[in-house]
Amino acid sequence: MASNKIEGKKRAVLSILATAMMILIAVFAMVPFAFMFMSSLKPGTEIMRYGLTLKFDPSISSFDNYAALNTYRDGVYWHWYKSSAVIMVLQTVIGLVLSSLVGYGLAMYQFKGRNLIFSLVLVVMMVPFEILLLPMYQMMIRVRLMNSYLGVIIPYLVPPFMIFFFRQYCLGIPKELLEAGRIDGSSDFGIFWRIMLPIMIPAFGAMTILSCMNSWNNLLWPMIILQTEKMHTIPIGMGTTITPYGNAYDVLMPGAVMAVVPIVVIYLFAQKTFIAGLTAGSVKG
Amino acid sequence: MPNISADKTSLRQKGGSLNRTRFVPYLFVAPFVIFFLLVYLYPLIMTVIMSFQKIDGPNHHEFIGVKNYLKLNTRDFQMALQTSGRYAFWDVIVLTIFPLLVACVLHSGLAKGTSFFKSLFFIPSLTSIIVAGIVFRLAFGTLETATVNRVMTALGLQPVKWLSYAGPGNFVLILLTLWRWNGVNIVYYLSGLQSIPADHYEAAQIDGANAFQKFFHVTLPGIRPVLIYVITITVLGGFSMFTESVALWQQNNAGGVGRTIVGYMYMVGFKKNNLGLASAVGLVLLALVVAVNLIQLFLMGFFRKED
Repeated sequence: MASNKIEGKKRAVLSILATAMMILIAVFAMVPFAFMFMSSLKPGTEIMRYGLTLKFDPSISSFDNYAALNTYRDGVYWHWYKSSAVIMVLQTVIGLVLSSLVGYGLAMYQFKGRNLIFSLVLVVMMVPFEILLLPMYQMMIRVRLMNSYLGVIIPYLVPPFMIFFFRQYCLGIPKELLEAGRIDGSSDFGIFWRIMLPIMIPAFGAMTILSCMNSWNNLLWPMIILQTEKMHTIPIGMGTTITPYGNAYDVLMPGAVMAVVPIVVIYLFAQKTFIAGLTAGSVKG
Repeated sequence: MPNISADKTSLRQKGGSLNRTRFVPYLFVAPFVIFFLLVYLYPLIMTVIMSFQKIDGPNHHEFIGVKNYLKLNTRDFQMALQTSGRYAFWDVIVLTIFPLLVACVLHSGLAKGTSFFKSLFFIPSLTSIIVAGIVFRLAFGTLETATVNRVMTALGLQPVKWLSYAGPGNFVLILLTLWRWNGVNIVYYLSGLQSIPADHYEAAQIDGANAFQKFFHVTLPGIRPVLIYVITITVLGGFSMFTESVALWQQNNAGGVGRTIVGYMYMVGFKKNNLGLASAVGLVLLALVVAVNLIQLFLMGFFRKED
């Protein structure tokens, strides 16, 4: 009994320590957002003078800066927004379709060359993609895809990390389902479409968020391909066109907040599926 | 999809599940094979060839031997190597250990509101580094009124010109990276922790193991595959970092502070139009990443055949 009490006390102390640690990390994760939002309400000159503060002063705070996004250089910000959104949707939909097929194929079938192809997927995951950009750039000039959305998404049509993830996920699907579907007379693609896709929904949830994240954040390749200002994406525009050195804090801060909002909303809706999907397709050696 | 109808007709003609299984898998993996040839193999071979060339315009290539590689012996490139190397080193240490600790605490269920924290820690990963970097750049600004320097002054410390020197600059970079990627690695680790059977811990308990012994003898071996995965992608991400550096310094950083290998490659290739030299830079990067990862995989026992 006595030792149980000590154990209980020790656990209570540990629990408080652990919770405190989690709260600290949560504050670290959230503070930049708080700075971003509070600054988006203030005139740019205020930020110039006093830097970022969390102080709220109702006499100078307003949502005027958000309205200014519409007029800043003829509303160029919303053009960037549109580019980012179009590229994100295209890249994610195509990437999910193609890589789920490949990952499924690698997991469910025995065939000659399977190990070779899977090894290639792994090797490719370890090559820094950046070094392939120079010949890709020349290729895009030759096929006239410069300054086009298609040019931006071509290197991400079948992302290897997605193939890897879908394969790991599909290894957990019983092969009997494939046999059962065949006995019912379905074609293999029919089985994939009608039986396997519903099972793979958590994996699709996880990969949707990862792909949206990657695309929304991508800088280097879109910066090389998209050359006119109206075609730019948010990271290109925010990073290279509006800079604090040009005193554009008035649009920089609301622009930053608006860039964060949609993807956080998507996440909050899908997060249950997302965390479950990611952990289910756990990384096996 | 044309693939589906083509598959159906061939099935009707031949029937039999033998033929089916011979053809179908290749249709499933075909997108990757085509993609691999066009987007990886061809550009990789071209990069190697281009690194031995002088390139003036798309149709004017001239072989110049190893001259591009010899030209890399400059102070600018050495600084880029140092910047990326220093960043990669701390990146691997911080982003391997810290998220693992957090994941272990979350997995232990000791803290209250575990599932709330799990979701919340992931939110920074959703933002664009460029966008979040604006806040970090301002907070770590040079002026004494910048947020962090105010805190420093309030604590009786000297204000620091954070982004003007390599050391403090690297600190801010690592902080930005930790902020952005912590949640992702936590999720990876949690998936590994959940795959360790509970009876392994019970057995250790019966053997009288304490918390540390359990961590080193049950937890670490149990998550080894995930650990290897996390370290491998962190090495890759560390050496090929670019966006974080642009977020803090843009591209025209004074004196090259914060310019990484990829940043140097971008400057040489796209700003100075020297694609040959940039290709040589790219191959040095590839060699670095492959070498460090091979050493790391060897040390982690990835090539050992025990099970």
